[in-house]
Amino acid sequence: MDQLKVFVTHYNYFITIFLMVAGLYIVIARGNMIKKLIGLSLFQTSVYLLYLSAGKIVGGTAPIYDPAFKFYSNPLPHVLILTAIVVGVSTFALGLALVVRIHEAYGTVEEDEIFAKDDGA
Amino acid sequence: MMGADVLSAVKPHFPILVVLLPLLGALFCALIQRGTLSWLLTACIAFVLPVISGLMLFDVLKTGQTITYELGNWEAPFGIVYKVDGLSALVLTLITVIGAVIMPFARRSVAYEIDSHLQSWFYTMYLLCLAGLLGITITGDAFNAFVFLEISSLSTYVMIALGKHRRALLASYQYLIMGTIGATLYVVGIGLLYVVTGSLNFDDIASRLGPAMAERSGPVMAALGFITVGLSLKIALFPMHVWLPNAYAYAPSFATVFLAGTATKAAIYLLVRLLFTVFGTTVPFESMPVGHVLLALGLAGMFIAAFAAVFEENAKRMLAYSSVSQMGYIVLGIGLANVSGLTGALAHIVNHAVMKTALFLALGAVVYRIGTVRLGDLSGLGRKMPWTMVAFAIAGMGLMGIPGTAGFITKWYLVLGALEKGWWVIVFAIVLSSLISVVYMGRIMEVLWFREPSQAAEKAKDPPMMMLLPLWVLALATIYLGFDTRLSVGVAAPVAEALFGGIK
Amino acid sequence: MKLDVILRVGTKLVLPFILLFAFYVQFHGDYGPGGGFQAGVIAAGMVILYAIIFGLKAAQRVIPQELVQVMIPLGVLVYAGTGVVSMLLGYKFLEYTGFAQKFLTAHEWGILFVELGVFITVSGTMSAMFYAFVGRGR
Repeated sequence: MDQLKVFVTHYNYFITIFLMVAGLYIVIARGNMIKKLIGLSLFQTSVYLLYLSAGKIVGGTAPIYDPAFKFYSNPLPHVLILTAIVVGVSTFALGLALVVRIHEAYGTVEEDEIFAKDDGA
Repeated sequence: MMGADVLSAVKPHFPILVVLLPLLGALFCALIQRGTLSWLLTACIAFVLPVISGLMLFDVLKTGQTITYELGNWEAPFGIVYKVDGLSALVLTLITVIGAVIMPFARRSVAYEIDSHLQSWFYTMYLLCLAGLLGITITGDAFNAFVFLEISSLSTYVMIALGKHRRALLASYQYLIMGTIGATLYVVGIGLLYVVTGSLNFDDIASRLGPAMAERSGPVMAALGFITVGLSLKIALFPMHVWLPNAYAYAPSFATVFLAGTATKAAIYLLVRLLFTVFGTTVPFESMPVGHVLLALGLAGMFIAAFAAVFEENAKRMLAYSSVSQMGYIVLGIGLANVSGLTGALAHIVNHAVMKTALFLALGAVVYRIGTVRLGDLSGLGRKMPWTMVAFAIAGMGLMGIPGTAGFITKWYLVLGALEKGWWVIVFAIVLSSLISVVYMGRIMEVLWFREPSQAAEKAKDPPMMMLLPLWVLALATIYLGFDTRLSVGVAAPVAEALFGGIK
Repeated sequence: MKLDVILRVGTKLVLPFILLFAFYVQFHGDYGPGGGFQAGVIAAGMVILYAIIFGLKAAQRVIPQELVQVMIPLGVLVYAGTGVVSMLLGYKFLEYTGFAQKFLTAHEWGILFVELGVFITVSGTMSAMFYAFVGRGR
């Protein structure tokens, strides 16, 4: 029963962990470079959830001062994650650009085929 | 009088200028799009930076106080604060000096290896990377450090991908995957710390960590684990080094020269900063066996990477594996968890940067002359490019740790640190690993000096003066740092003591 | 050509409103939710929509590739320049106090410039990324 309580009250962390491990698994297990990048993106996204769920206050509103409201959500995690999203987007874009160049140079985006081509040459 | 007035007006802004100048330079390089002009601008900025950081180092050492700068005048812990203490001033000065010394080499090497319409972008990326690395070293904010880490990493991926061979793209992609995982793990760690302490400022986290540990130690331990693994990826600590040899081997020579001397050093700085300043020595080294783990991985890296270097056929890859092995020494020094060990580690950051940059500069000169660094093609180059290869030999002897060179000094301090603990096995291991480095450096020396020139080497001659100058400056520095240790150990020792004693 | 007439006309109708919304988000960013980042993405979305419907060439006639490439460093320059100006006024980097007499007005001005820089860079980067991926291999 206690375990269930922990699970229910901390469900945001369990979702984070699930997404994180799923993303990491894709990065490791897949040979397709684009799928790897998608996994990497998932891995990064899970961290956004970790930050944002920690900054949420139940019943809190957007942190804009107004006498009608008493509780505000913590704005700092949002700012941090906005930065992290920018970093994530740049990484993803750069990764995809590299994959495009790799495809032009090797004619494939499967890792094992690429390694086979370079070993033969 | 004018000059003094300007200096006193600018001086309070030094910490921000260190990051701002390369950033602005990068923007102008991207706007002007002229290779040579970009080089000139980059060189000007690169030569101003060591002056600034040198003055800050001098100030910090003289007064013993830290320099702080609040961005937007938001006080700590609410705003981002740049903070320069002995440790950051040391690494800042190292990175800026390396960044400046190699600039004369850049023009011809970059012009030779990079297409002309991309040269300006290359310098943009170089300055961005410099800004990122300096930002990591100067910031007092954990999340800001992540942002700078990613700025430097992203620009590094681009620089690597600009290499001539198509494998450069693969190396860059591989590094992108590993580097992003590392940086993300670091953010997870910082996020856990933020959840527990409610702060992102290094000093503020440190002061709140004690009560948080007493209440619930789990998240803090987890954060320590995440941060250590994440940064180990960026340090290229064995077994997370897989990205490094290919990245160094296929990147343009100038990028390799710069990265080998600075990139991993900034990551090590961040690890030391977090282990010692934020977590305080007790959590990583007593509550959790981080010290022992670092020790074991450092030792493993020292040997396995050195063995890999022995059997390598590409000279750049050989030196890259040697870098992994040398990172092992530095991490070993941290893992020893005593003042001598940390002194050795910090001094080795300086010495290794000087020696490895010199070695890669020499290989860059070889690429400029014969276009390849395969061991077979290098034979007999000693007689064809004597000035380059004598400097290479001097730096190589430093790497082996021969007395009278910089490498000997730091290994000596690492041995001292191990002896203080009474760990004879580690003393033995350090000596043995040095012998392996003698084997791989000896192998390349034998090829260079005792063989008939290969076909590729037949027409080679020394590179122009501009490329030789930085090489010789660093080669002579290898010898100088072997006799006069005031610049390396003299600075590192008080810093190490402060890190152990001055906590809270 | 015949079948996408609704798309073409619809897009033309929608485009100004997207831009208007981008500016709404932009200028409410200083004292409310929104800001240069979101506005920049929305504005770039307009460029991307235009390019998808009317073709890359048409989009690049309106917003040339060179302009987009200049916008990326230019926006950061506006951002950093705001900080440099505040330093020249005798305050710390990005301290807005010197921009006006009243504290709040000064900060409004400061944020306005910073958000302008963010807008330029983000919209430029997003469009440049789209151009780069779509224009490749043609």
